[in-house]
Amino acid sequence: MRTALHAEWTKLRTAAGPRWLLLGTIVATVALSTAATSMATCTAGGCGGDTTRLALTGVCLGQATIAILAAQTIGGEYGTGMIRSTLAAVPRRGTAFAAKAVALTGVVALGGTAAALGSVLAGRLVLPESGDRALSLAGGPTLRAVLGTVLYLVLIGLLSLGIATAVRDSATGVGLVLGLLYVLPILSATVGDLHWRRLLERAAPMSAGLSVQDTTDPGGPSLGPWAGLGVTAGWAAAALLAGGLLLRARDV
Amino acid sequence: MTPAVTPYPPGRGAGFLRVLHAEWTKIRTVRGWVTGLLAAAPMMVLAALLAGVGGNQEGAPPVPAGPHGGPVTDSFYFVHRPMAGDGSITVAVSALTSSIPKGPGDLGPGTVPWAKAGLVIKAGTRQGSPYAAIMVTGGHGVRMQDGFVNDTAGPPGPVSAESPRWLRLDRSGETVTGYASTDGTHWTEVGTARVSGLGSTAQAGLFVASPPAVRGGGTAGSVSTATFEDLHTREGRTGGHWTGTQVGARSPSFAGYPENTSGSFTASGSRITVTGAGDLAPAVRDSLPTGGHLRDLLAGTFAALIAVTVVGARFITEEYRDTTIHLTLAASPRRSRVLVAKAAVLWAVAFAAGLVGTLLAIPLGERLARGNGVYLFPVSSATELRVAVGTAALLATASVLALALGAILRHGAVAVAAVLVATVLPCLLTALPFTPAGLSKAVATVTPGAAFAVQQTLVPYHQVASNYTPYYGYYPLAPWAGFAVLSGYALASLAVAAVLLGRRDV
Repeated sequence: MRTALHAEWTKLRTAAGPRWLLLGTIVATVALSTAATSMATCTAGGCGGDTTRLALTGVCLGQATIAILAAQTIGGEYGTGMIRSTLAAVPRRGTAFAAKAVALTGVVALGGTAAALGSVLAGRLVLPESGDRALSLAGGPTLRAVLGTVLYLVLIGLLSLGIATAVRDSATGVGLVLGLLYVLPILSATVGDLHWRRLLERAAPMSAGLSVQDTTDPGGPSLGPWAGLGVTAGWAAAALLAGGLLLRARDV
Repeated sequence: MTPAVTPYPPGRGAGFLRVLHAEWTKIRTVRGWVTGLLAAAPMMVLAALLAGVGGNQEGAPPVPAGPHGGPVTDSFYFVHRPMAGDGSITVAVSALTSSIPKGPGDLGPGTVPWAKAGLVIKAGTRQGSPYAAIMVTGGHGVRMQDGFVNDTAGPPGPVSAESPRWLRLDRSGETVTGYASTDGTHWTEVGTARVSGLGSTAQAGLFVASPPAVRGGGTAGSVSTATFEDLHTREGRTGGHWTGTQVGARSPSFAGYPENTSGSFTASGSRITVTGAGDLAPAVRDSLPTGGHLRDLLAGTFAALIAVTVVGARFITEEYRDTTIHLTLAASPRRSRVLVAKAAVLWAVAFAAGLVGTLLAIPLGERLARGNGVYLFPVSSATELRVAVGTAALLATASVLALALGAILRHGAVAVAAVLVATVLPCLLTALPFTPAGLSKAVATVTPGAAFAVQQTLVPYHQVASNYTPYYGYYPLAPWAGFAVLSGYALASLAVAAVLLGRRDV
């Protein structure tokens, strides 16, 4: 496992793609977050709703580059045929897959932390004093939102890795992941029946997982912050399981 | 497997046709691509099914419709008595104040620009019945309105005890004329309305309406009180036998009174004080929250968009991946032609699949929704056709954008993500309740997601204050202007791709 992990880490470290994608994640997240906060109308009471959530809006965009990065770690290997070398070097496919997942987790956690902290910092610079108070990292809910956002991005990475492994193509993998993330909430919004809409919102990986960013009235109509992230974790686990099993069962 | 490659002979048109045919054969014979493109249609239908069966409004009170056929809000406090045949009614308005709840049960003064107090002649107290009215408003001066959608501006300025406004309505057959005055003797005509269906005996009198105030991304119910003086009809000064009625008390387009308030009128001497809420106006998405509209039935567009985007990007990146691009370009050395042929074939197939999807999804969704008692905002067949064709064109153009980005980046995953982020994410951002309205309008104007304006069917009204944002189905750009934004991105990307394809060493 250690050598496999080392190999995967070297691949991620030395290829130009992941580095640019990680940088892209940070820039995109911070940029969209800053745009959102700079357009908010703030009064002494607050900034119209959940300031922390507003300051972390960019995650909607950042998760797309994370999805590419993750899908590419395996989809790229299928594209170039490198997967054969990988599996020849580490014949235990489960181990090779796990090593990929662990290396990816590390990289995404690193980039995600920079993106989330950068967004909050940008929010504090942009917003007037009332926004500053809401975005103090000393406040428990804000710290939880930042930490949760990093975990959320890691889970999206793992979800994307699992799906890309299952379909053996990074473009299709990214399409499916972004479908799950972006389209499920839009589809659920068209369901008129409140009960079903709630159910869909609670089951969708993005709307459930991002409830970890709620700092005002956590809970509400959504699941609690951690339970919501748990739903995303469930999706990621299912995708990893499906990808792992298919990788073992299939002829590369 | 080494196929012999013969470059196409030079001749202009025939050469392009052969490239076109080659690309058509490619797209037709790769099973995954065909499935992906054709999947667009069932995705649209499935989403329409979901939206159609998802809502249930059976047993809800019917949505009132005005003489123009559209949904209306016809809920207000009416102090009236019968007016047989032709007649005239005059009053002075000396105060109009509005209140908005600051919290539960805590009413505070506020400004409601379209709060209305004045005179109305109406066929009856049934919702949706024809009328003509003249009124003072909270922030838009004197207005003459009829048929729910017609609005004419009169003298501007607010009313107060020092500067009251006299209002007069004259009925002569089907013609109602409204006048305004600052002193009760010198009158200026504000407007004339032809109102058919007033009947031989109409109801005439005072009314007060107070639409919900727009606040943040939502609305808050309001209530307004007006003071009237010097009410008289052509037969002379009257008193006593006026009836107070809350028109349309239970209606899907009326949110009701704020807590602990209700409509009422009191008369003391020549002074009458009337309190009311509601509106006499066309219903918009905000004021008719249970109403569905065409866009809801087409949510499958987003799922279909993903399918056509993935195929569009792979249509070229796959060639880079397994190096068939070498063969393709050897067979047709004029490289930009290959790109144009690919784009044309892709656009046509995606458009056809999308059109089948929309043409099936729209009637199916409408039928299911209506069967469940859901009221749908009415749409003309021309608009319906525009939405169907526009949505198919949106899908096709987005897949060409993915093709062009795929050719530029030579990387399928990045191209797919770029297109989806540029088209779907804007819609998602505008749908989040905490997204500032400015950001929401900006992304719906400059990103390729602006093309979703082709699905706009709702009409904004200047005389109804509401949240006219993409979230509610009101786009900042006109339908085809929004589509042009996406087309611009697609064409520009194709041009860049053509240049790069020509310059690069494959």
